[in-house]
Amino acid sequence: MKVERKIRVLVAKPGLDSHDRGAKVVARALRDGGMEVIYTGLRQTPEQIVSAALQEDVDVLALSILSGAHLTLVPAVTQLMKERGLDDVLVLAGGVIPEEDLQILEEHGVAGIFGPGTPTGEIIEYIKGKLAERAGA
Amino acid sequence: MFDKEKMSELARREAEWDEEVVQEWIKRVPERMERFSTSSGFEKRRLYTPNDVVGMDYQESLGFPGGYPFTRGLHATMYRGRLWTMRQFSGFGTAGESNRRFKYLLDEGETGLSVAFDFPTILGYDSDHPLSVGEVGVCGVAVSSLKDMEILFGGIPLDKVSTSMTINGPASVLLAMYTALGDAQGVPRDGLRGTTQNDMLKEFFAQNLCIFPPGPSVKLVTDIVEFCTRELPQWNPVSISGYHIREAGSTALQELAFTLANGVTYVESALERGLNVDDFAPRLSFFFAAHNDILEEVAKFRAARRIWAKLMKERFGARESRSMWMRMHVQTSGCALTAQQPVNNVIRVTMQTLAAVLGGAQSIHTNSFDEALALPSERAVRTALRTQQIVAHESGVADTIDPLGGAFSVEALTDEMEEGFWGYLDRIEKMGGVVRCIETGFFQREIADSSYEWQKEVERNERVVVGVNEYTSGDDWIPTRLLRVKQEAMGEQIEAVKRLKANRDKGKAQGALDRLRGDVEKDANLMPAIVEAVKAYITVGEVCDLFREMYGDYQELIVI
Repeated sequence: MKVERKIRVLVAKPGLDSHDRGAKVVARALRDGGMEVIYTGLRQTPEQIVSAALQEDVDVLALSILSGAHLTLVPAVTQLMKERGLDDVLVLAGGVIPEEDLQILEEHGVAGIFGPGTPTGEIIEYIKGKLAERAGA
Repeated sequence: MFDKEKMSELARREAEWDEEVVQEWIKRVPERMERFSTSSGFEKRRLYTPNDVVGMDYQESLGFPGGYPFTRGLHATMYRGRLWTMRQFSGFGTAGESNRRFKYLLDEGETGLSVAFDFPTILGYDSDHPLSVGEVGVCGVAVSSLKDMEILFGGIPLDKVSTSMTINGPASVLLAMYTALGDAQGVPRDGLRGTTQNDMLKEFFAQNLCIFPPGPSVKLVTDIVEFCTRELPQWNPVSISGYHIREAGSTALQELAFTLANGVTYVESALERGLNVDDFAPRLSFFFAAHNDILEEVAKFRAARRIWAKLMKERFGARESRSMWMRMHVQTSGCALTAQQPVNNVIRVTMQTLAAVLGGAQSIHTNSFDEALALPSERAVRTALRTQQIVAHESGVADTIDPLGGAFSVEALTDEMEEGFWGYLDRIEKMGGVVRCIETGFFQREIADSSYEWQKEVERNERVVVGVNEYTSGDDWIPTRLLRVKQEAMGEQIEAVKRLKANRDKGKAQGALDRLRGDVEKDANLMPAIVEAVKAYITVGEVCDLFREMYGDYQELIVI
């Protein structure tokens, strides 16, 4: 019988931002949705986040930013991921991110961006769908 | 208050009405929900009658405005005499940009300033620190040294304004800078008016902007209380804050209970320091959130005033009326605003403002409707301020004191809030007090559970959020003129901090820093040495580095 590996997700808070309500709610919802969730806690540098992603061998990295510093922090994280060969990790971003920035983040390798009011079920479906798509490809 | 016989007659009639009229009616028109409840989980009854407040003693529970227990308001005539202070929290970018915003707001009729600092400042890092990259001036104004403060308040005489500073970990440093600025302007220290948030306890479980561990943090808070009591009699040293607790996801009752428990902790600490309760208690102030459920919020504000008065009088033996006053600043709820159909937020803010006014707030900040999208634009900030002005001058609710007082529903909810509070306080104290509850993660768990529960309720459509889980069609008008902070201007700020450190009088700066270190070792009140240090252009980061070295860094307790 094939034992299915649980989807492993790292929920991370980069930068000095302290708004963790969304990150915690999402972390708990993903866990309730059957995933293995690691939450970094607040104020992680891109270096710490990428190291954690590597160490924990995650399938998904979910970055939560509500401080407006996403255009600095997200590219810093994805750049490091590339350097460490973490190209196969699905990167998501959530928080307060103006629409006009969505494309910039996508260009930096963010697959999905979830703003305020997103139902957690939608994020779970998205992750499962994307990972299945990649596994099938 | 009520005639017993008449009350039992009323109870009989109510039972009759319920059986004969209501149950019949429900058969034809079922109610929208099986159970209606407040955010705090109290069941909302279908109808409130005098029987719901039958035990109420008017004088004991409510009294008259301006008199114990202040349920109906702190002042004899409330808003008939003077409206609340309209205090909009603002600040972004460089000190120069924020200074222009302050002057704009003063011209628009605002009566008090409120400063938002950027994350590096709040966490005790200078603009030129490696961890500050990308964050300088983003969520507030960057202040590293007295030089920035001089620019921030340039052309604003400190004896003419009152200033609220939202700062906690480095509150001692920013207050020292304000004091130094007043000294330089020639304003006597007893003429400085304002507030430092300086509420470290809630940082550990709600706002999460902690630098040092709980013990030294409470020591610093108490140093400020003592310093203000002696030197800045018109300054509110602490703004004991429930706002962040609520925004982190708590219920209204948890907001009330945890905030007042923190308040009790500060009072105990000041008393241990040897201060006389009536010397410092009048200057303690509070800060709450106003959410959408108007009746629950009004009940929370009224209960908070009554509980604090009782605590101060009965538990801490205060004698002065002012020591029993709970003066409160209220901000409308950021987390109640939606990114979807943002213009709807104007209406939410209006309801929340109504709740704050009906609850008797001393000052109010109204959020801007575009805040779920970005930093507020100037246009949205103006609408937010106008909302307060419309409630003040056009709604009529400010013309009568505590106009909801006496409503059976509001009085019953107020009583329930108070009862819920005493239950929580008892639990917290049995668990060893606030600091212990932080260490064990009690508050963190309580809040995380409530916040998750709320999210689930919204996702199950048990709570309708217009534009989010219902009524989602229609134009999604998104404001396009969002405010952006130019990172080039921030480069200049970073350079300026480096120049300052290179060019200041090094001997004087080192001497001041040494004196501060000595005072930390002696466990003296640190405020006088910090004032001296900032006058020598020692920076926020340098003072906090010293404290980090001496007191240690706080390690977050992760609770999901």
